[in-house]
Amino acid sequence: MSVTETDLTETEQGELLEESRLQEPALPEEDRAPAAGPGDGEDIPVPPGAPRALLRSLLAPHKARVVLAMLMITVQQAALQVGPLLVSYAIDRGIPALRSHDWGPLIAVTAGYLGCAAVATLLQRSFIRLSGVINQAILLEMRKRIFRHAQALSLDFHERYTSGRIISRATSDVDTVRELLNEGLQELLSVILSVVYIAVLLVVMDWRLGLASLASVVPIYLFTRGYRRRSQAIYRRSRTAVAQVIVRFTETMNGIRPVQAFRREAANEEAFAVSNGEYTDANAQGLLSMAQFVASSRATANIWITGVVVWGAVLVTQGSLQLGVLAAFVLYLRRLFDPVDQVAMFLNSYQSASAALEKIAGLLAHEPSVPEPGEPVTLPAKTQDAIPGRAVDFDGVAFAYRTGKQVLPRFDLRIPAGQSVAVVGATGAGKSTLAKLLARFYDPTEGRVALDGVDLRELSTPDLRRGVVMVTQESFLFSGTVAENIAIGRPDATREEVEEAARAIGAYEFIAALPEGFDTDVRKRGGRISAGQRQLVAFARALLADPAVLILDEATSSLDVPGEQAVQRAMTTVLAGRTAVIIAHRLSTVEIADRVLVMDQGLVVEDGTPADLISGTGRFARLHAAWRDSLV
Amino acid sequence: MSTQQDSRPAPQAPDESPPQTPPQPRPHSATRSLLRLWPYVRPIRWFLTASTVSALLASLSALVIPLVLKDIVDGPVAHRDTAGLWQQGVLLLVLGLLEAGLFGLRRWFVARPLAGVERRMRADLYAKLQRLPVSFHDRWASGQLLSRATSDMYTIRLFLAFPLVFLIVNSMVFLTGIGIMFTLDWQLALITVLPAAPLIVLCSYFERRYSAAARLSQDQNGDLATVLEESVLGIRILKSFGRHRTMAARYRAQAELLRETELKKARLLANLWAVIVGLPELALGASLAVGVVQVAHGSTTAGTLVGFLSTALSLRWPVESLGWLLAYSNEAATATDRFYEVMDARPADAEDGPVREGTAVAVAAGSTTASAAPARDGIRLTDVRFRYPDAPAGSPDLLRGLDLHVRSGETMALVGLTGSGKTTLTALLPRLYEIDGGRITLDGTDIREIPRARLRELVSMAFEDPTLFSASVSENVLMGAPEASEEALERALDVAQAQFVRALPEGTATQVGEQGLSLSGGQRQRLALARAVVGAPEFLVLDDPLSALDVHTEALVEQALRQVLAETTALVVAHRPSTVLLADRVALLAEGRIAAVGTHHELLESNPEYRELMSGERTGGGAGTASGEGTEDGSLVR
Repeated sequence: MSVTETDLTETEQGELLEESRLQEPALPEEDRAPAAGPGDGEDIPVPPGAPRALLRSLLAPHKARVVLAMLMITVQQAALQVGPLLVSYAIDRGIPALRSHDWGPLIAVTAGYLGCAAVATLLQRSFIRLSGVINQAILLEMRKRIFRHAQALSLDFHERYTSGRIISRATSDVDTVRELLNEGLQELLSVILSVVYIAVLLVVMDWRLGLASLASVVPIYLFTRGYRRRSQAIYRRSRTAVAQVIVRFTETMNGIRPVQAFRREAANEEAFAVSNGEYTDANAQGLLSMAQFVASSRATANIWITGVVVWGAVLVTQGSLQLGVLAAFVLYLRRLFDPVDQVAMFLNSYQSASAALEKIAGLLAHEPSVPEPGEPVTLPAKTQDAIPGRAVDFDGVAFAYRTGKQVLPRFDLRIPAGQSVAVVGATGAGKSTLAKLLARFYDPTEGRVALDGVDLRELSTPDLRRGVVMVTQESFLFSGTVAENIAIGRPDATREEVEEAARAIGAYEFIAALPEGFDTDVRKRGGRISAGQRQLVAFARALLADPAVLILDEATSSLDVPGEQAVQRAMTTVLAGRTAVIIAHRLSTVEIADRVLVMDQGLVVEDGTPADLISGTGRFARLHAAWRDSLV
Repeated sequence: MSTQQDSRPAPQAPDESPPQTPPQPRPHSATRSLLRLWPYVRPIRWFLTASTVSALLASLSALVIPLVLKDIVDGPVAHRDTAGLWQQGVLLLVLGLLEAGLFGLRRWFVARPLAGVERRMRADLYAKLQRLPVSFHDRWASGQLLSRATSDMYTIRLFLAFPLVFLIVNSMVFLTGIGIMFTLDWQLALITVLPAAPLIVLCSYFERRYSAAARLSQDQNGDLATVLEESVLGIRILKSFGRHRTMAARYRAQAELLRETELKKARLLANLWAVIVGLPELALGASLAVGVVQVAHGSTTAGTLVGFLSTALSLRWPVESLGWLLAYSNEAATATDRFYEVMDARPADAEDGPVREGTAVAVAAGSTTASAAPARDGIRLTDVRFRYPDAPAGSPDLLRGLDLHVRSGETMALVGLTGSGKTTLTALLPRLYEIDGGRITLDGTDIREIPRARLRELVSMAFEDPTLFSASVSENVLMGAPEASEEALERALDVAQAQFVRALPEGTATQVGEQGLSLSGGQRQRLALARAVVGAPEFLVLDDPLSALDVHTEALVEQALRQVLAETTALVVAHRPSTVLLADRVALLAEGRIAAVGTHHELLESNPEYRELMSGERTGGGAGTASGEGTEDGSLVR
């Protein structure tokens, strides 16, 4: 609920707004993005001017509306500030006129007052509506851009920039900007306008009193600046502390099994008490510094009012000031000082919003390292009776991380259409990198990866994704039904095709046994799906996509032997003739491949058919012998 | 300021709410909900009182200021009395300083106490949640719990700081102000007060609708966040299948829904403000006109008119505020309800029978001294029945009369098809879930008679999904046995082949987890294994402990693990023949029972189902689910 201030404010309202503004932008992040750690600030370099450019590009389509809104608020404030002037006029002119039975001035004043009230009211209403339209359009556009951009960014970016941070960009940071747009800007405009109007009126009514009143700007500015500095430091402290609280909290709740199994309750409580205490302390400090600011700024305002009133009264007694003017002064002065708290608060809100905008701009300015082609090339069409697989070529490919760390030294590799290749090797040998290059999650630093002779970088995204599908070890399920999760492989698939894919991979039975079968919501009750079952769903998805090249990156790690065999069966039946790259640490999987690559420190050290390698004396032969022994 | 996020997948529908917390009749009195805060408010009640009194005095002195202004205009100014002016000036100054000081004091009184209330409530919630059974956590999304610990706490604190105080203060100020206005000029007062009634009614009408819209927007915000979260977490899948456009369309649709709601909010707010600004202005305009007439006729003074208008303006805030103070109180009531939804849930030990201290001690003693014979019975499950509390009605129990005996010192492998209940069975031993029937004994003692802490000390676990906490490597491993020595830590790391930690930037002191270095699945799994074995536990439960390891590492871990297993009684969930070979005997879980027990070779010979599970060879005519028939012959072995 947002209450904006327009007229004579009471302190508390300002205070409440103040407090809520100080704390509220922190909340959405607390809810949604527990992963956002304190390292948040040092993520990606923001190109200078990016936030400004972002703001401009967001506002550009609404220029006319923005101008109209500004106009409305200007007139509205003018209408609103006329009130005391009319009171003064009524007292100085209306009363004497009435005493001489002249109703004219009074009627004029009353009509003017009511007219101004009506204009101010209607304009206020229109302004809120119009600015709502503008703000929401901007926010929608900003959300869409962040989402699209996050999706377009390449995988290496997602691996560095944790999910929590992207989420907090699109949630809490957007919310912070929304706060500013919804309340802050309107308030700032009103406050600035009212201060300007009042200042002008005061000086015009009586320049001596007017200037004296305006001199109060100096001490109040100093108080506000001091408060802002303090509150900024406290705000930062409180953000860090709350991040700690959130991390501890979510970690405990997500890991409740190990927590209970390892009796961490008491130790956790102690650790939590520290973070909680730190957060509480920061909060209390914030409240105290606000108390101090409220007291000192209000005291200053009241001292000033007293001074001006007393001086004004002296002037009236000396006859150099009219009584009505003094009355108007009294009324205006209270209005002048009321928004002080709000200005302080606006500054806080502005500060966090500009920080948020900067982070958003930084994200949006980040170029995807795997860009879509400017002029996409299509894959050569398949003849009727050709095998469905496509040939893969790594031509002089090398890959290094941005840090310069070499992962794959320059190499050539050709996988003929329809061949299934198993890649084995220890952790860190570069197997996954090879797979990610083929799926174009990364682009090679040197050389090219080609599908049927077409460089992956020139393929349009839909073509590429129809051609190459990768199933990874982590098998994330999206909220929705099991059937919907499988249908991600091919959204236009019929229910029969979805079920057929599940059947082919041996997942049909367990899915059918779920409370609502294929329509069971994976996030709802009874949707308890084990790691192995999730992997089967991921496979069914890949099966449905029916790609020319299938990459399995440790995609069978949680499967039991029958599950793995179902996958292998599917590879030789439903997926027969597809080109396949299989990364597995189960040698049983390797055996079905046409060819085995053994990798070590980024190099392919052995390459041959499984039978050849097993009968040889290389690493694979040794590994295989050990594995055979274990089977007994 | 609505802070709830009910859109997360969580038990919101009545049929999904936890059985321990019967769905509360929703439209129940907000006052009653808020009264439940008393235990937390009680310790700070005097601070709150002091704060309320300060606020009241401050507000009243603000009300008196216009009266002094009136006196200045009517007295010294009208009579050209400079001496009187100074007196009044001093009075004005004192009142102004009083007002400012009291408002400061009001906040000062409650700043620390209220932060303390928030802290206590959050600490209590956290402590309670840690002690609630795992089945409770299964039902509640952690986001839901988190919003209770953060935004709801904040809502409650803000309620205690403002709405509670100002509901009292503003009502009194309003009444006092009206009294003053009536003393000044009853006719003008009547004109001014008249619009107050429609103002309050309209305000609270719009506030209610606004609250509803705000709640809706919170929900939609949650939905939007969910789509976003999933699209980021599942980015590999989306990219792999080229589905980001579909997802973007979904996101856009959600975002547009949210915009509609926000626009509705803006329209309501616009109306609300029109009322708040418009009505009092109209009333003031009318009283100005009437006042001028009265002054002209000499029935009232110019000073009175100034004082009156000034007072009337001061009363706008108390009137306007009423609507949203009430709305906020409602929100705080909801937050309190949400807090107590968790606090009222029954902790894991609520249904515990009397703990037989003697036996517990006997078990404890058994770990050090090889005492009486029954204390060396190993793990024995007798007729164990279990179903998840949220399993759909009508589905069969997951475990139905399961019997299993792991002899003391023996390692038993537990195998079975995906989804047969292996992981569930392991969770029953440390009582992460409570069995629904039968009994489980450790060295002859029923686990329900062993205090939980002691039980979990006896039984050490490695979970299928290895969770690391935000702490150093050594802290993570030593969770298994806080008192373990440096050598024990090193030994455990060696067993788990987790030597890689020594190459980390700060060795075992390196921070890992959410806020630290992120480790690969295999590395986490090895640390989880080290955690399980570090304390040389009496009973060891390992859930597929080697699944994420490459062949080479797996072989090394197996070798080292054999020595650990030789000294403990262990139950190891296995998917692979290589893991099975760690065990002395194997138990086959099927259809909720142990279908067969024997050595790997015995079962390979005698049990077709086991053979299929281990080698994948299908035997007999058993296509599809061969396990159905397997149960009967399997049970003979037992």
